[in-house]
Amino acid sequence: MAALKAWFDRRGWADLIVGLPYLWLVLFFLLPFLIVVAMSVATKTPTAPPFSFGGEHPWINFDGYARIFGDALYVRAFLISLGNAALATVFCLLIGYPMALALTRVSRSWRNILLMLVILPFWTSFLLRVYAWMGLMGKSSWFNTGLTDLWNWVVPIDWAVKSIPMMHSNFAVILVMVYTYLPFMILPLYASLERLDPTLDEAALDLGSRPWQVFLDVTLPQSIPGIIAGGLLVFIPAAGELVIPTLVGDAASPMIGRVISDQFSQARDWPMASSVAVALLAIMVIPTMAYNHYQARAEGLK
Amino acid sequence: MNRRPVFLLTVLGFGFAFFYVPILSMIVYSFNASRLATVWGGFSTKWYMSLWSNTQVIDALILSLKIALVSASIATILGTMAAIALVRMGKFRGRTLFSGLTTAPLIMPEVITGVSSLIFFLLLAQWIGWPSQRGFTTITLAHITFSMVFVTTIVQARLLQFDRTIEEAAMDLGSKPWQVLFDITLPVISPAILSGWLLAFTISLDDVVITSFTTGPGSTTLPLLIWSKVKLGVTPDINALATLMVVTVGLCVVIAGIVMNRAEARRLADERLAFRANG
Repeated sequence: MAALKAWFDRRGWADLIVGLPYLWLVLFFLLPFLIVVAMSVATKTPTAPPFSFGGEHPWINFDGYARIFGDALYVRAFLISLGNAALATVFCLLIGYPMALALTRVSRSWRNILLMLVILPFWTSFLLRVYAWMGLMGKSSWFNTGLTDLWNWVVPIDWAVKSIPMMHSNFAVILVMVYTYLPFMILPLYASLERLDPTLDEAALDLGSRPWQVFLDVTLPQSIPGIIAGGLLVFIPAAGELVIPTLVGDAASPMIGRVISDQFSQARDWPMASSVAVALLAIMVIPTMAYNHYQARAEGLK
Repeated sequence: MNRRPVFLLTVLGFGFAFFYVPILSMIVYSFNASRLATVWGGFSTKWYMSLWSNTQVIDALILSLKIALVSASIATILGTMAAIALVRMGKFRGRTLFSGLTTAPLIMPEVITGVSSLIFFLLLAQWIGWPSQRGFTTITLAHITFSMVFVTTIVQARLLQFDRTIEEAAMDLGSKPWQVLFDITLPVISPAILSGWLLAFTISLDDVVITSFTTGPGSTTLPLLIWSKVKLGVTPDINALATLMVVTVGLCVVIAGIVMNRAEARRLADERLAFRANG
């Protein structure tokens, strides 16, 4: 007992603090991930579990990766996912940037309340926020009929429609992504804009810049770290999204998250699902590494 | 320069309308008497009444709360340990891998975490016979793993701005390192630990994708129940359930925000008094 206590006082407490979470993450995160990487080069078999590394098949099988590039279904799913995620990121930026900038211009007491209103949706259920839009986009909803009336009133009579087809389209996917991920764009942008020195703006104005020139020459360049951080926080989860495309997306043009899930659960092709998963991760690692590199360089300059 | 930024404030107004109109619309339609979820048919609270007698919903809620309580508590302990290890333990063997492991789950798409956890549990069941059945245990294990890194991120940020002189003072006065940890460090960072727990709790309570891969027969959490119903379309009873959930969470967040703001204000006032007393 005394020896145990001495060990604990000297080193044990530190070993436990490092070791326990380390062990947990290796066991429940790294190991499952390595299994998926190994699975991506296995061969599908009709056995249970449905894969093998040996037998008549080649030991290592790159068919899954070959199909990602060769099969139009996978190419299309990747392109749709990346395109939807990119568009959602751009719209989040276009809406989120002025909102974040406005938040830095309101009085301090208002600012806390408004910031709380930005964060509040983040705490409420993601699924229910998607669901709320399903209610709005349906054909007979007040939102859709209102927009339809507006459309019919504005456009020539030949273009009139009965109702706007919103649900089950890429438009719906992008709209709901913008809705659910907008706080992720606003918060880092606000954090980087709030730190800017307002006297710089005033100096530029005194030196004769127009307000839009001040924005382009002074504010925008200084907020690029916030734009990149917000962009990654939106783009990365959006590209792998499963819930939104399943609920409001077009079943004929599935996103990559849906493809992984279907390959795994319905086709029971574990190696193929794993290949697609590894490919998706590889695509996501590139912007993350670029960001880390950029951030390390920015910190080095300080 | 003192002109009101009209354009910015307009966008801000539209932005908040964008945030809240869908939720408000859902709340209004939860009081809709009509069975057609999107056509108004008069005011009624019958969907709320029918929720009370819906044992399926209540069972799912209880299971979700159990999983969230257990997983958030363990995730908070492990996540806090990981944060202390990263900020306070200096260089140890395998530190680079460890810091990678504490950030990778943050950017891992949920569907990949879900698939890899399921493959892991299925293979484990074949190799060592455990887990023979998926359900509470497997869901909780998966939730701990992906929520602990959120706790680490929050606690790590707090530790990095920690005034280390008080720790050094305690060391000089003869405390052992682990006593400093329990008597000084943990009490000071306790608000961050609490925030971490709350975040882990809400993440667990909200998760659909990873839960849907790690669940087994008979273990339906509330998000899974909603997910299976929502896939079929919009219904008034889900509107009522959603309203209850959104309003409950909203109230909790607002109250927590007010309490934290008050505590922060009081702490600042105390500090000012202390400085003046010493002054």
